[in-house]
Amino acid sequence: MDGPILKVRGLTKIFKQQVVLDALDLDIPANSVTTIIGRSGIGKSVLLKCLANIWPAQAGTMHYGEQVAAIGQHSLRQAFNLNFSYMFQNNALFDSMTASENIALPLRECTKLSTADINDRVQALLETMDLRGCADKYPAELSGGMQKRVALARALIVEPQIVFFDEPTTGLDPERKYTVFNMIAECRRQFKFAAVLVSHDIPEVFQISDRIAWIDRGKIQCVGDREQIYKHSDTVLKNLLTNAGIGR
Amino acid sequence: MISYTGKFSIYFVLELGRVFIFAGQSLYYFFGQRSPLSQLLFAIREVGLRCVLIVSIVGLFTGLVMGLQLYYTLVKFGAQSALGTAVALSLIRELGPVLTALMVVGQAGSALASELGIQRNDEQIDALSSMGIRPLGYLIGPRLLAGLICFPILTTFFDLIGIFGGYITGSLLLNVDAGVYWHRVYTSVQLADVLGGYLKAIVFGFICMTICLYYGYYTHLKSELRGVRGVSQTATRAVVCSSICVLAADYLITSFLI
Repeated sequence: MDGPILKVRGLTKIFKQQVVLDALDLDIPANSVTTIIGRSGIGKSVLLKCLANIWPAQAGTMHYGEQVAAIGQHSLRQAFNLNFSYMFQNNALFDSMTASENIALPLRECTKLSTADINDRVQALLETMDLRGCADKYPAELSGGMQKRVALARALIVEPQIVFFDEPTTGLDPERKYTVFNMIAECRRQFKFAAVLVSHDIPEVFQISDRIAWIDRGKIQCVGDREQIYKHSDTVLKNLLTNAGIGR
Repeated sequence: MISYTGKFSIYFVLELGRVFIFAGQSLYYFFGQRSPLSQLLFAIREVGLRCVLIVSIVGLFTGLVMGLQLYYTLVKFGAQSALGTAVALSLIRELGPVLTALMVVGQAGSALASELGIQRNDEQIDALSSMGIRPLGYLIGPRLLAGLICFPILTTFFDLIGIFGGYITGSLLLNVDAGVYWHRVYTSVQLADVLGGYLKAIVFGFICMTICLYYGYYTHLKSELRGVRGVSQTATRAVVCSSICVLAADYLITSFLI
């Protein structure tokens, strides 16, 4: 595993006087999968949305090498010229656009590539993601798995250094969960990005995770590999793992 | 009561400020987009073309009814020859801009508010932010500008078809001389009347589009309900609020113009 591509320090998010993230610190290593686990409603998705600059944060800084930027005031893209993508729980595909239009959107609106270049890149990615024949279909005409792949293709088209995955397997049956996790692991190896996942699917998500971060009471309480997480003595974490069927 | 009035006043002023900042930022970010012209043309099709038919139909029937009502009023004074003047000035100064605005709000405004509400609920707006696309510039700016462009054009349609409607009832059905009718239309309408009508149309376009887009964009903050019910509630509120604001603005502008 490489050193951290991004360090997050003192991230604080308050919703209506309730502190959800309390001066949270987190390191995101390059070329690895970091999974954030924790109880429901504890702030896992909030953490991801603050990092992706979708929601503002009250305080906190991001460190990229020697450079520092305030979270919420600059996105990773603006602050460090880091490309990042976010894959939403429900895919967030534009239902009035076809699959290829969805995938091309970030390139069309944020780069100066010509239409021909954009089409070439979209076609290549459709091939890679095994989405041949789906290019002209609307999201509603695609199966759940296909929609996930289109969403992942849209996230990967900008060749990101970091991809945030917000509960990518919610609502899928066990077989499809494995398929999606394998797809993420395979894409990460191929495209060499740092993945940050939020998932409730313990222990399945551990199969593809290089590092697991447990969030509770507004902070990252523990970071480590699977074994380190299993050995942690905190009862809240033990209960979380026990409820997930580990160590019964 | 005093406390309530105070709270409402502060809320109203704050909200007014937010709406203007929303509109200003949307237009500012719109011009920073990569392909603003194609987005604008798409929005014009969405806002303008969608309303041409309904505005034409309402314009025609308004003209027909006005021809009828005004004829029977004017005939009491032996002034039926002034029918063209009455129809044209009523439409150009007042009814054209107001009824067009109300029709466009009902037809396009509610659709835009619902569409944005659904996009907000499905996290499509957040998805744009995550891609580095400014949602205000991409979703709101072109539609707001399209409203400013389309409202005067649709008002012109309404006025012309309405005047023609007045001609159908007045001249074809009630035997007012056609030459007199058109001569009165031609001689009574001054440039100031037309410009006043256009001023109203532009102001109403700004009001209607901004309010509908604002409600739709912030549907998660504007409705206590969630999901589809929240979207339908914000769409309804957007239409009601826009309609009231159009009528209030009409009174204000008319007071200044007269």
